[in-house]
Amino acid sequence: MSEPKKITIPELSLVLLIGASSAGKSTFARKHFKPTEILSSDFCRGLVSDNENDMDATKAAFDVLHYIAAKRLAARRLVVVDATNLKLEDRKPFVDLAREYHVLLIAIVLEPPQNVCTARNQARPDRHLPRSVIRGHIQQLRRSVRRLGKEGFRYIHHLRSEEDINSVRIERQRLWTDRRDDSGPFDIIGDLHGCCDELEELLGVLGYVRNEGGIFVHPQGRRALFVGDLVDRGPRIVDTLELIIGMCETGSALCVPGNHDIKLLRKLRERSQTEKVSHGRHHRSKITETQITHGLAETLAELDALPADEREPFEERVITFLDSLVSHFLLDDGKLVVAHAGMKEEMQGRASGAVREFALYGETTGETDVFGLPIRYDWASAYRGRATVVYGHTPVPEPEWFNHTINIDTGCVFGGKLTALRYPEKELVSVPAQRVYSDPVRPFLESEPEGPQLTAQQAHDDLLNIADYLQKLMVHTQLMGNVVVREENAAAALEVMTRFAVAPQWLIYLPPTMSPSATSGRPNMLEHPEEAFSYYRNEGVSQVICEEKHMGSRVVIVLCRDETIALKRFGIIGNGTVQPTFDGEKSPETNRVEPSIGVCYTRTGRPFFNDPEMEAALLQRLHAAFDAIKFWETHETDWVCLDAELMPWSAKAQELIKEQYAPVGVAGGIALKHAADVLTQSGERGLAVGELQEQITQRWDSIERYRNVYRQYCWEVTSLDDLKLAPFHLLAVEDKVYTDKDHRWHLNTLKALCDADPGLLQATAYRVVDVQDEASQGEAIQWWEALTEQGGEGMVVKPYDFHPRGSRGLLQPAVKCRGREYLRIIYGPEYLLPENLDRLKARNLGVKRRLALREFALGIEALERFVRREPLRRVHECVFGVLALESEPVDPRL
Amino acid sequence: MLFTITTTAYQADDLSFLLHKHPARVQVFELKFGKVHVFYSEVNETCCTAAMLLEVDPIALARRHRGGGGGTLGTYVNDRPYVASSFLSVAISQVFGTALAGHCKDLPNRVDEAMPFEVNIAVLPCRGGETLLRRLFESLGYQIKAIPYALDNQFPQWGTSRYFTVNLKGTCSLQLLLSHLYVLVPVLDDEKHYYVGEDEVAKLLRRGETWLPSHPERNLITERYLKYQRSLVREALARLQEDAAVSDATTERYAAAEEALEAPVRLNALRLEAVLEALKHCSARRVLDLGCGEGKLLAMLVKDAYFERLVGVDVSAQALESAAKRLHLDRHPKRREQVSLLHGALTYRDDRLHGYDAATLVEVIEHLDAPRLRALERVVFEYARPGCVIVTTPNREYNARFESLPAGNFRHPDHRFEWGRSEFRTWAEYVATQFGYAVRFVPIGEADEALGPPTQMAVFEQLHD
Repeated sequence: MSEPKKITIPELSLVLLIGASSAGKSTFARKHFKPTEILSSDFCRGLVSDNENDMDATKAAFDVLHYIAAKRLAARRLVVVDATNLKLEDRKPFVDLAREYHVLLIAIVLEPPQNVCTARNQARPDRHLPRSVIRGHIQQLRRSVRRLGKEGFRYIHHLRSEEDINSVRIERQRLWTDRRDDSGPFDIIGDLHGCCDELEELLGVLGYVRNEGGIFVHPQGRRALFVGDLVDRGPRIVDTLELIIGMCETGSALCVPGNHDIKLLRKLRERSQTEKVSHGRHHRSKITETQITHGLAETLAELDALPADEREPFEERVITFLDSLVSHFLLDDGKLVVAHAGMKEEMQGRASGAVREFALYGETTGETDVFGLPIRYDWASAYRGRATVVYGHTPVPEPEWFNHTINIDTGCVFGGKLTALRYPEKELVSVPAQRVYSDPVRPFLESEPEGPQLTAQQAHDDLLNIADYLQKLMVHTQLMGNVVVREENAAAALEVMTRFAVAPQWLIYLPPTMSPSATSGRPNMLEHPEEAFSYYRNEGVSQVICEEKHMGSRVVIVLCRDETIALKRFGIIGNGTVQPTFDGEKSPETNRVEPSIGVCYTRTGRPFFNDPEMEAALLQRLHAAFDAIKFWETHETDWVCLDAELMPWSAKAQELIKEQYAPVGVAGGIALKHAADVLTQSGERGLAVGELQEQITQRWDSIERYRNVYRQYCWEVTSLDDLKLAPFHLLAVEDKVYTDKDHRWHLNTLKALCDADPGLLQATAYRVVDVQDEASQGEAIQWWEALTEQGGEGMVVKPYDFHPRGSRGLLQPAVKCRGREYLRIIYGPEYLLPENLDRLKARNLGVKRRLALREFALGIEALERFVRREPLRRVHECVFGVLALESEPVDPRL
Repeated sequence: MLFTITTTAYQADDLSFLLHKHPARVQVFELKFGKVHVFYSEVNETCCTAAMLLEVDPIALARRHRGGGGGTLGTYVNDRPYVASSFLSVAISQVFGTALAGHCKDLPNRVDEAMPFEVNIAVLPCRGGETLLRRLFESLGYQIKAIPYALDNQFPQWGTSRYFTVNLKGTCSLQLLLSHLYVLVPVLDDEKHYYVGEDEVAKLLRRGETWLPSHPERNLITERYLKYQRSLVREALARLQEDAAVSDATTERYAAAEEALEAPVRLNALRLEAVLEALKHCSARRVLDLGCGEGKLLAMLVKDAYFERLVGVDVSAQALESAAKRLHLDRHPKRREQVSLLHGALTYRDDRLHGYDAATLVEVIEHLDAPRLRALERVVFEYARPGCVIVTTPNREYNARFESLPAGNFRHPDHRFEWGRSEFRTWAEYVATQFGYAVRFVPIGEADEALGPPTQMAVFEQLHD
């Protein structure tokens, strides 16, 4: 018996079973594939018509089948089509699908002898076909098979005997591009073009050493990963090839091909062909000869200079090597893609001619620029993929991160430098070119334009795309996983963002809402610290910090060391964007924005100050305080983001106070006074109004207390000296989000800042409390009582660490305990009257707490992304999410 | 909230019969919004004073108003329990219903008798101030004393409140007196009716049947009734407007104020006509109306068969709802092919805006902070890139002609800037040069010789090389 036949199928492919009716396709499919992988035309006929044999349903059935096939291929799932697939027009849709989704197209042709099919068909209970039909099928099959290659089938497996059909083994093979289980670490190295001196130097800098065989290896097992274009133009092409082939063969490097490498491969093949031809004294074949341009001459000259006996074997080795290279790699669990000219998301880890073209040349428009070079589509600016894409191909003066992609071809051969990206560290390492080896067609080391410039990412981010926000948002956060924001809420956020908020570049954080402590069990209290302590105690937190809650308005401050940092790091001038000048003209007054060193915005992202001069003055004072404590040096940063409260309340809430709080006070006072007078008169008449009089007196007292509360938070602001700023979170600086520091660190660090300008800045008082210890809690409760007795807002209780997890996941990052008097301005002047308080105690904190958690996770995520220098749209989606969640209907008194 | 009615008529104590309330008792009535106490502080033959004390339950009020949503803090800390408002009207109709209807079993002959009355309202909010108070009541024959109050004595700089203690003296029937209060108190208050439903609004108006048609302020009175309707959409937004305290009513007041300001010059109509003309001049058949608001321009364009495709874009979902209603998109399926409405913001790139002949920005740019205009310029001129862009904006110079507008004020409080002619010209020319457009300027409305037209328009046309 002969060895059973083996068919190898790439994991991601579209497999067509081709065969006459009753050729055994369904049996074959069931034997080798999972039921969900098989798309059968009979089954789809059943789906749409309840009858698998209803030939009238064929068209609808195939519509369904094609649709499902497309969805599976998009999701990188194998598809096996169980249908006769005998006619060109039947196969055409699948050819198109394979092309659209960049998967390999495979044919498995089942051709048992005709009598087998006929006999099987007769035995079928449901569908008897005349012999002539089956004969026709087989004729169609034979005609088709010859054409399959031309139609675009990559592999064709033809099984002609029953024995082959029954005994064949199918083996699945991973795609060559799919190296997701390989997570490095790598040193990804840009275009070489024969610059072997620089390569050796760079490998040295990266820590590679030559082993006894002369091969570069890394003592920690790191591997080099070359983005291609090893050859042409430069001085030591053969050495470069030797070095890299050696490393690849011994497993200390990987390599993807560049367009120059593939062109060399074609040329070398031609040469070996020609040599064979001339040896055999045949006529020259009619291959179109590869043109010797773009530096290929240098490669050939080097090869030709090799001694004859070395040249041919070396060329064979190069051919074998280049031929083995895979278009691109998908690595590290899908987080990294390396390709010569880049790779768009929908092609990553797939295989097709188009994928290979893209990997080698990028996507071109078919037009050429003034230098005769192809104009490229800017695939990177549209890139939204999760994977980091590292590529080369087009020389740039400096590598720049752009939408999670980076071009590391820094034009070594043109006198630039040779660059490596260390992965996963994402550090750039480079060595300068020793000289200019070749003159670029298009100048790439242009003289620096004058004045500060935006990075490509910042220029791209200058305008965000509305499509990213007008939908249900799903934001992945490190703290909570996916946070979902409903579309209706996103719509409300869009209006506020566009009409009121500061420019998105500044909005790197929005603060979360904060829930109060659970409702107090005490008879005449709505909130009390006991409940806050017991919340954290029950969640397994032992230590909390109680911070005085200032009654002002929340302000987020982003402050830069100077105006140039605002442009360099945030990509913005003032609250506008960069004004490009044209034809040497200055932008007019109406279009000019004043540069600033930062911004102050409210919890919903609005400019905090209506008066830009006041804002500028505050930022200057704050800046001086940071200077005084040598903050920039100590924290190695050029900017800082603070969470703070700005007092007085009346500075921001003036309208609210005049429209709402003060009117209630004055109206209440008059109304109750008049009522008391009339009741007194009526009482003198002998009417039984005693009870009413008492009530009115109580209410009068409530109103007076209410007025005293809000009055404390109001004072006239005529200049900066009338403001008080109390910072309580030092949120982030360059490269660091300070959520790893506990709250005591935050308050103490900020205390030092406040001491530098006590006129403006106010330190926040705090107590650290052990929630297991009665005395410790008692002391804090007394402190709270003293704070709130005269109408102070109260305190915020936070777990000692910034974001601890409890037994049930993420905990409330903070819980507020508001004072009894203060709450009059929240729940109404008369909330403490017994008949009112009893009803008010029935309040539900669940919604508020869930919101607080989600907003907290989003806010921190925004900072993390900004610090990681992610594209602005990724930062913006987080703050957009916070704003959207804030539009959720929730009791505003909480 | 307290108010008293005093009469010094012959046998003044008959008032208790006319009101159907016993003079020797303190009576309590439970209404939906709280309790009403009625008692007399003075009862004798020469003088009789009835007092009505309303105890509005603030918590029940908030709950009813909230209706499951969150509301804003204004729902919880408000003046309703202390001031005369539509609750007073409801109390009058429910507690003094018989008197209001003009019935009295015991003294039918005194029902229509004009008596000297004196009414004291402890706190009456008057939007429009003492002037309006006088205009409303004096024409009905009352003598008025009004004591104004500061918002807060400790903060004199905050100015006066809208509250007055009001004393009215007049001679009429009790029924008429009550119906005057019933209708005019809520008119002066001019707040959202937290409690009164639509049918009750109609009732209120019926109470004025005999005297309202001849009242010189009848228009204002009816308008104030019918204007404010609560909207849930608006509320979601209000939650994000935090300290601004811009209520529905306020927003509408602002818009109305701008419209009223410009009404004498028919500016709105002239503006739309000018835009229409400019569109045709540019042969624009496929038009984007950016910042379409409630669809005034679209409603005009849709009637003109010249326009093949109209798209309104606005950032306010609520405005789009109103636009859909105005355009009757639900009733005309055909129309939906011709007009569509998109929710969008002009500070974000939007691929849906590609491929139109023209875009209009009618009174839009002045609602963006000036530094953010740059984003709008790129969205419109660089990305959407229609053949023609039409921009209208107020001419600030002309504001001097609006006598009621204090110098230096903008026409609408949401305007972030208003430009004079040269500022607009400079901006427009800069934008045109930068993005490859030619621009011309068209005045709208009758121009003042020195100050220019009330509204200015720039028409940009793309240059082709």
